[in-house]
Amino acid sequence: MTSHDTAGASASWLRRIDKERVVLAVAAPVLALAAAFLVTALVLVATGKEPFNAFSVMFDYGVKSDSMIYIANKATTYFLAGLAVAVGFRMNLFNIGIDGQYRLAAFFAAAVGGALNLPGFVQIPLIILVAMLVGAMWASIAGLLKVYRGVSEVISTIMLNSLATSLITYLLVDGRLGVLDKSTNVISTEPLPSSSHFFTIPTGSGLDPVWGFIVIAALAGIGFWFVLGRTRFGFDLRAVGRSESAAQASGVNVKRMVITSMVLSGAMAGLVGMPTVLNDTHMFTADFPSTVGFTGIAIALLGRNNPVGIALASMLWAFLERGANRLEFEGYDKEIVGVMQGVIVLCVVIAYELVRRYGLKRQQQRVGAELAAQAKKQEVAA
Amino acid sequence: MISVAGIAVAALTFSLSACGKSDSGGGDKGVGLAFDVGGRGDHSFNDSAAKGFDKAKADFKIGGKDLTAKDGDTEADRYEKLASLAEAGYNPVIAVGYKYNASLAKAAAKYPDTNFAIVDSVVDAKNVTNLVYTENESSYLAGVAAALKSKSHKVGFIGGTSSPLIKKFAGGYKQGVLDTDPKAKVDVQWVAPDEKGFGMPDKGKDIADGMLSNGVDVIYSAAGGSGAGAIEATAGKKGAWSIGVDSDQYNDPGLAKYKHTIMTSAIKNVDVSVYEFIKSVVKDKKPLTGTQAFSLKDGGVALTYTGGFIDDIKPKIEAAKKDIIDGKIKVTDTYKD
Repeated sequence: MTSHDTAGASASWLRRIDKERVVLAVAAPVLALAAAFLVTALVLVATGKEPFNAFSVMFDYGVKSDSMIYIANKATTYFLAGLAVAVGFRMNLFNIGIDGQYRLAAFFAAAVGGALNLPGFVQIPLIILVAMLVGAMWASIAGLLKVYRGVSEVISTIMLNSLATSLITYLLVDGRLGVLDKSTNVISTEPLPSSSHFFTIPTGSGLDPVWGFIVIAALAGIGFWFVLGRTRFGFDLRAVGRSESAAQASGVNVKRMVITSMVLSGAMAGLVGMPTVLNDTHMFTADFPSTVGFTGIAIALLGRNNPVGIALASMLWAFLERGANRLEFEGYDKEIVGVMQGVIVLCVVIAYELVRRYGLKRQQQRVGAELAAQAKKQEVAA
Repeated sequence: MISVAGIAVAALTFSLSACGKSDSGGGDKGVGLAFDVGGRGDHSFNDSAAKGFDKAKADFKIGGKDLTAKDGDTEADRYEKLASLAEAGYNPVIAVGYKYNASLAKAAAKYPDTNFAIVDSVVDAKNVTNLVYTENESSYLAGVAAALKSKSHKVGFIGGTSSPLIKKFAGGYKQGVLDTDPKAKVDVQWVAPDEKGFGMPDKGKDIADGMLSNGVDVIYSAAGGSGAGAIEATAGKKGAWSIGVDSDQYNDPGLAKYKHTIMTSAIKNVDVSVYEFIKSVVKDKKPLTGTQAFSLKDGGVALTYTGGFIDDIKPKIEAAKKDIIDGKIKVTDTYKD
């Protein structure tokens, strides 16, 4: 009896996963990647270089063990950036300000971390909390402006990026929150005490470790999936993204949703700089990696705002950048990878649209065929 | 159908890539050099390093490879550049710019048999040579020249960004101006709050235009590519002078149109020091070690007289130069608002 039930349940579960939909979902990114490689190959040929050798250089180098570690670490940062952008995207908010939010967050978190010397299990969560709070507060400015003054978040977040840069430059000065080493010309926040270094995962002798923050990133991904996909709040958020007026009519407070999702997006952005601060540099320097926020936009697009998709996209991005470094070494123009990245994003957008239309057509055909068959049956019965 | 074709293309791409060759290094291949952001063609210190690098390659008939940093590079990216050069057998390996500080320290520990050098910074390791400059001293002389040449008693300074390194230029310049003409006003402005300020000639031009309309008649720019914009703006105003930086910008072919207004340049001989370092490793087999400071005394930094525009005030400049070398004038190494 029970076995029959489970069989029935699994059958219905199988039925729910439409095979064709799965094929279509996989087809879009594969198609996009293939097209991107093709276009890049053409660009390489046009510049007089042999394309397949370039790809083999990237691929051979990208699968080496030290490259794998590089990719895992870099993808951790990119994944968090992608998630931060995706929170906004899910409700049609274009948070271009991730870039300013994560840098400001990392800066203040590093400054707080450098000023204190508490046991690690207190201080590390505190540093992360400060980062998330700063990111959230910076993003909430754009949220408030949108809700109460109707300022487009696209404009305000871009401006807030510049303000964040200026604020950091103002504060990262010897005597304010910066420490200058005159011999090295490096200015940074006070380094974190070693008790505040996040754990790393050793990978073998002579190799760099994998940053422990990858665990936090994974948790953030699960949290993202749960909150947006499995809670009332997430449902409301997506509803606002689909149609503001419909959501409003069903009793959702749209204004509050806008602010809340900006705050969430900013808090997530606060995490973006944390792998670097806690696992790598242990301080905020004037040359802290920038423009990761913009990379996050591309990654969220590529990953279709889905945590698994974003994870894959961030690994692909890190892989391409690793390859770019090698291509330059092998005498290729390293800009070729920039071309490839741009083409991938374009192709992804186009491919998803093509696949969506194709799927729609198939569906219409199928429904038409089924209706026709039914009509025929009725005719026969009659 | 389309998706099938897509998958086929992807599969083809990857299977073809599998039979490519993988580079494995070894042996002495010549000089490796990693540029800072901007790389060749920045009319500034990357170009200067490139000059020394190219000259050494030609003179000692050795090979070489150069890589360039980009915006958004992380420590891992910078380390990879240096490590891949050392791994492939390039020796010496030179890092241009203080940003390589941490990554060079790591690479030097990993490759103890490779001779490394870093420009503008100090790494404390046996196999690292530090090439540093007293930019504040040459900037002091630029300040002296500016104060003597200014008719309005208003001079300007345009820095790429307010980094510690550029503040050395600004501090020395301001001190030179005020020591010469206590009544003079020094207008100090930064192109941008971050490193992008070294590649914004349009913004450099805007700032210079603003200064000129306020009566400033001598502008010293330490702003990489943005400085070209300031020089262009200054050339457009009669009686106004520019002071070049890092290399002798009077001789820069890209600025030939404006050279009649470039009264002098505060040069920083990155090319000479890079060349000397390569020579010490490759030819003399006795690498320069420790911190090599290039100052007014040894000509590592200097003020140029090309064009003859400041020949009339040469005695005063030479007197200031002597005082600095003799230690009678202590030049500040930072700038405060």
